[in-house]
Amino acid sequence: MKDVLNQPAPLFQFSDQRLQYQGRTVLDKLSLSIASGERVALIGESGAGKSTLLKALREQHPDQVAWCPQQPGLVPILSTFHNIYMGALDSHSLAYNLLNLIKPLPGARTAVEPIAKQLGLEQQLFSSVDTLSGGQQQRASIGRALIQQRPIFLGDEPVANVDEYQADALLQLICQQHQTVILALHDIDQALSICTRIIGLRDGTIVLDAPSDQLQAIDLAGLYGAS
Amino acid sequence: MSVPNSNKTSASALRNISFWFAVSALLCLLLVDLDISTADPWAELSLMAAGALSPSVWSWPTLLSSLANTFAFALQGVTLAAIAGFALALSYRFTLVRAFCAFIRSIHELFWALLFMQIAGLSSLTGLLAIAIPYAGTLAKIYGELFEEVDPAPANNLPVNKRRPLSEFFYSTMPLAWRSMATYTSYRFECAIRSSAILGFVGLPTLGFHLETALSDGQYSEAAAFFYALLLLIGTLRLWLHKRLLPVYLVAVFYYLPPQATISWQLLVRFVSEDIVPAPLRGQALVNAETVNNLNQWFYALWQQQIWPGLVNTVLLGQISLVFTGLLALALLPLNSSLFLHRRWKRGIGDSLLILLRTLPEYLLAFIGLLILGPSMLPAILALGIHNGAIIGHLLGRYTEELSLRADANRGITLYFYEVLPRIYRQFLAFLFYRWEVILRETAILGILGIATLGFYIDSAFETFRFDVALLLILVSAALNISVDQFARYLRQRLQLKTVPESL
Repeated sequence: MKDVLNQPAPLFQFSDQRLQYQGRTVLDKLSLSIASGERVALIGESGAGKSTLLKALREQHPDQVAWCPQQPGLVPILSTFHNIYMGALDSHSLAYNLLNLIKPLPGARTAVEPIAKQLGLEQQLFSSVDTLSGGQQQRASIGRALIQQRPIFLGDEPVANVDEYQADALLQLICQQHQTVILALHDIDQALSICTRIIGLRDGTIVLDAPSDQLQAIDLAGLYGAS
Repeated sequence: MSVPNSNKTSASALRNISFWFAVSALLCLLLVDLDISTADPWAELSLMAAGALSPSVWSWPTLLSSLANTFAFALQGVTLAAIAGFALALSYRFTLVRAFCAFIRSIHELFWALLFMQIAGLSSLTGLLAIAIPYAGTLAKIYGELFEEVDPAPANNLPVNKRRPLSEFFYSTMPLAWRSMATYTSYRFECAIRSSAILGFVGLPTLGFHLETALSDGQYSEAAAFFYALLLLIGTLRLWLHKRLLPVYLVAVFYYLPPQATISWQLLVRFVSEDIVPAPLRGQALVNAETVNNLNQWFYALWQQQIWPGLVNTVLLGQISLVFTGLLALALLPLNSSLFLHRRWKRGIGDSLLILLRTLPEYLLAFIGLLILGPSMLPAILALGIHNGAIIGHLLGRYTEELSLRADANRGITLYFYEVLPRIYRQFLAFLFYRWEVILRETAILGILGIATLGFYIDSAFETFRFDVALLLILVSAALNISVDQFARYLRQRLQLKTVPESL
């Protein structure tokens, strides 16, 4: 532990808390604090409690979080443009939003187009998202998070459906645009190369919490399967 | 800001069809009469409201017996329809059977009643058959489609040494379809109570008979009593119409109101062999050039004076009502959706309102509308829209409960337009196209109230004992309904909409 007195107040904090999912306790006696500026990877088998923890993190600062859930929750018959724009609904008037739904407005296009370009979706901008591949849909979901321009990014396997090369580029992009990044990841190498801190979860408890430069892939392998 | 054509959008087909429907309805609006012709509609409305707040029963025996008759016709009719519909559904794969079912359900129960009245008078048999025949056609279609939809694996896994198709059916297909059949039949029973009440408007001794009399005489307090009796009957069905008590109720209704009529065979023979034969052909043993010429002239005159104007008005009114129904359904669905009404009690009130509006028969609504607004298409549009919009709105609201939205989804109007509407739009169109045929059938029937749709000319023909004309016009309205049903089916397939209805 570093010197507690010199630390700014943590952005996220849990002390001895119980987190539930659909009435079932997933994480018990959770104590954890995450400071602004950290890049955290949550590692662990499915069912270990990563998604539940992300959900609880989001609830602490819903207005500062750009949210990227595992199920992208895109609206099938709307275009990529609209699905990305949906992240920015809060910052426009109702009339503007409704007009933009009928006919894409210039201002909204200026906001969405650069993001779509960064994500490699400019060709699909006006195609319905249900005609897109799984990877493209995931990129659209990241786009919806990016357009919000929020300080914190919370992503649940945000790049699970895209290939490794693209995944690295996307994660870099996410880290560039957000002060604090917390990701649930299953790819250990990605976690080590992108994040500054690794939190390992197993059966609802934190079994590992260390800066990534002190860890190697072999240290994390134990989080999956028999140890 | 042109959008390149290479975009793949699943929305554009849905958007186009909606656009053309809206445009057609707007064009129709220009062509129809929507005037409010009563001097002071508010005065009439306030009289009705006063009546609604002070219901009075002038004769309990009359109220109770008309209530019992309404229930009896409905239960007998649906029972007979379920048996006949089931038998027809067993051979639903034959085109001829399908066509027969489509034909009998394309004729509204009021038209069937008007036909049977000529032979069997205002009898219990007339009431029973008027409901049983069209309902058999509808139930056959639903049962038949359910049988086609069930998982074929259990049927395919049966041993194939000796084929016993019916036994196989009862052991494999039937158990799988049973639940849906029961649900749908019970929903149809609710519809049958509405139909039964409406049969009173043409003279049968159900609630509608007294409703019409009281409303026409401006006795709104008495009308209110019959009105509440109808609502109470439909609203409390769930409480007392239990599956196990059904045999008791069945015995009771057949004992209370045995289907009977004094049919004069002479009259029947005359009706079939003479009255319904086109006038120029009557008594003609041989068809010669002159008869053909007369027939042509007869038909041409009818076409010009009745068939064409009736068809045009039916289609215009039907199209406006369809689009109005759709708009109303989309506006009403939040009343039954926890996405928009978060509190349970609020949604309870909202959905009760939808169920109440659904319970009101459109024919009765149109009749009340005519009293308030005077004769024009307006009351008919309102009546059809409110009744059907509430039905679809209720179903769509329930459908939104199945949507899983993201934790950071918006709220309120933005949620509605960005998240909910795009996700339910296919289902919405499927429901609406299912309802199209029903709306058109009702549009034709509202003519009996004086709006110049096909029903108006049919009713006039019956009144002047021109049964040949009445039958021809009924066949025209049947043909129109069948064509629209086919077109709606084509649209559903083309737009890849869900084809089996839940409870429409």
